[in-house]
Amino acid sequence: MGVAMAALTGAWTAPAFAEDSIYIQMPTYRTGPYAGSGIPIANGMVDYLNMLNERDGGVGGVKLMVEECETGYDTQKGVECYEAAKAKGTVVFNPWSTGITLQVIPKAGVDKIPVLSMAYGLSAAAEGNTFPWVFNPPMTYWDGASGVIKYIADKEGGMDKLKGKKIGYIFLDAGYGREPIPLLEKFAGEFGFTLMQYPVPPKEMQNQSSQWLNVRRDQPDYMVMWGWGAMNPTAIKEATKIRYPMDKFIGVWWSGGEDDARAGGADAKGYKTLNFNAVGSEFQALSDIKAKLIDAGKSQTDAGKLGENLYNRGVVNSVIVAEAIRVAQEKTGKKVITGEDMRVGLENLKIDEARLKELGLEGFMAPMAISCGDHSGHNMMYVQEWDGEKWVKASEWFEPMTDVVKPMLAAAADEYKTKNAPWPERTEACAN
Amino acid sequence: MDFLYSIFVDPFVQMVQMPDFLLQVLWEGIVGGILYALIALGFVLIFKASGVFNFAQGIMVVFAALTLVGLYEKGVPALAALVLAVGVMALLAICVERFVMRPLVNQPDIILLMATIGLTYFLVGLGEFIFGGEPKVMIANELGLPSGSVVLEPEGWGPGGSPGLISLQKIDIAATVIAAIMIVALAIFFNKTRIGRALRAVADDHQAALSVGISLNQIWAIVWFAAGVVALVTGIMWGARSDVSFALEIVALKALPVLILGGFTSIPGAIVGGLIIGVGEKIGEIYWGPLVGGGIESWLAYGIALVFLIFRPQGLFGEKIIERV
Repeated sequence: MGVAMAALTGAWTAPAFAEDSIYIQMPTYRTGPYAGSGIPIANGMVDYLNMLNERDGGVGGVKLMVEECETGYDTQKGVECYEAAKAKGTVVFNPWSTGITLQVIPKAGVDKIPVLSMAYGLSAAAEGNTFPWVFNPPMTYWDGASGVIKYIADKEGGMDKLKGKKIGYIFLDAGYGREPIPLLEKFAGEFGFTLMQYPVPPKEMQNQSSQWLNVRRDQPDYMVMWGWGAMNPTAIKEATKIRYPMDKFIGVWWSGGEDDARAGGADAKGYKTLNFNAVGSEFQALSDIKAKLIDAGKSQTDAGKLGENLYNRGVVNSVIVAEAIRVAQEKTGKKVITGEDMRVGLENLKIDEARLKELGLEGFMAPMAISCGDHSGHNMMYVQEWDGEKWVKASEWFEPMTDVVKPMLAAAADEYKTKNAPWPERTEACAN
Repeated sequence: MDFLYSIFVDPFVQMVQMPDFLLQVLWEGIVGGILYALIALGFVLIFKASGVFNFAQGIMVVFAALTLVGLYEKGVPALAALVLAVGVMALLAICVERFVMRPLVNQPDIILLMATIGLTYFLVGLGEFIFGGEPKVMIANELGLPSGSVVLEPEGWGPGGSPGLISLQKIDIAATVIAAIMIVALAIFFNKTRIGRALRAVADDHQAALSVGISLNQIWAIVWFAAGVVALVTGIMWGARSDVSFALEIVALKALPVLILGGFTSIPGAIVGGLIIGVGEKIGEIYWGPLVGGGIESWLAYGIALVFLIFRPQGLFGEKIIERV
């Protein structure tokens, strides 16, 4: 009986994948109201890792076992995916939702699963000494918000020129959209502009005429958007409807899908968003994806969508995952790594120009680095502009206002610790 | 004092100072209201015929619009795709009648409601399986629907006596006209045709209707088809304002306060309810919303409906049912 029970328990808890492979669960959302944004990202993430399997036999000679888990961008389902990922021994968890990220942050340290929330999630998680298991490279939402303000200030001729301006902020009224508000409010006080907020409830994503009527009345000098899914194309259409000057409408990097801007047609010309990856498929790694997967019928990606903005964003996520695995293998000397090893890999991640060239991704993204204390890196971004048919680069790469953001992140991390007391002190060594 | 001023005086001052903006708000409210009414119509049709709250109406809007756009993307000409989409909705109606409604004749209403919830999930899965989850652009221009806007600039109607600006989207004008035509057609259908009267008889009592020779199966198929056509028109109009995606299903929830207000069995109620909710929530959000940080639209509609319910528990146009003990 005892043997039978042990066998049953073993069958229940043992990873379902081979021991000579690395299991990575990919929470994705190919269904539901946010699928328009979720599908290209999922395709990019999965394709890159599968391409490594096909081309290189995985990472460091070890196959990557990639499995998707559908969340529908629903926090509860996302947490279920996390539990499933834990049971199967994933080496990293990519929530792909700020709501899910916030839920799994307290669990990650207990379960020894690093959480990678690439340019989303809790900004304060960049403080590695407080959140040793959470990573948000290449930058946080607060970096993004500071980048938008910096860009606007540059357009106006300096930070002092922001005084007296009105900056509107339209956002998905959820954890994601509310995340940068503390920083924007601080900046408003510091630089003398008025911040006007236009929340869009998730149920009203496709029904934004009230918000945009308010924009028409208030006439902000600039509009900043933190939108996702169906909110983005609707907002762009509504902006064109009230004749808001599109060159003064700037979205975060999650509001820059081709389908988002395309919905606004030619009128959307001039709309801008932040970005941290190149758009286009003229990169060797993407050519390999096409040759090894898409042309071979091993991918869900439509060949015409290869190289689109959100697809490439998904690729960036997987580049970070694969490179962290490689670093972890080097640091630990193991081929098949665990979540704890992966955390070490992420904390020592450095992707420089030379490495990007080796990866066949020269110019695809800015070089980035993460450290023990800084889990974001506060890396560079640029502004892209919709020319009516495609995204074109509208600025050089530039850095966020790190000097302002970093102290705020440290304070926010302390506040999180206090609110969630007793928050465990970091005990993980900083392996270099 | 300032607080009272901002509630009771300032909004009205704004309305007087910027009459063009007030008209724009009213127009947007009317258009929104008509679009809500279109969704509510689908609910009313099925409720009238079967006493069932059709939880699947929202996904029917998505499914109909996706079918239209999906067929067009496969190379079917726009108008042919429209006809085929109507055909698909007819097929869906027949299937719903045959496989969902018929086995549940004379079951309690709650069972039928549960069946429509099941139907919702089935259509979500079927839609995603056939068309995928990616949003699609509505083929409004290809269907001959107008684009662009009519701009009115009345002298002195803007802030400080400047020229005003009232922008009417042509697609919104078309939606208003099409909704009006549909409402008239449905009113005639229900009140002046034999099928319409039979349909009302079925709504009152399934068994009594059967006993006088009315075919329940036929009536239900017809009414589900009519609701499918309404869903298609709704999907086209909402899709043209944003895109065609599964997010549209959520918009259908906006019909609930409209139904509460207008009554579940009244076509004019759906229209009047839609207009009251549409205009009321816009005025509330624009002039009073900023006082509490905005975003009040999603619950204000229910607030308006509840106020009406205090005085008319059956809704504005609902049937007053008297049950004697």
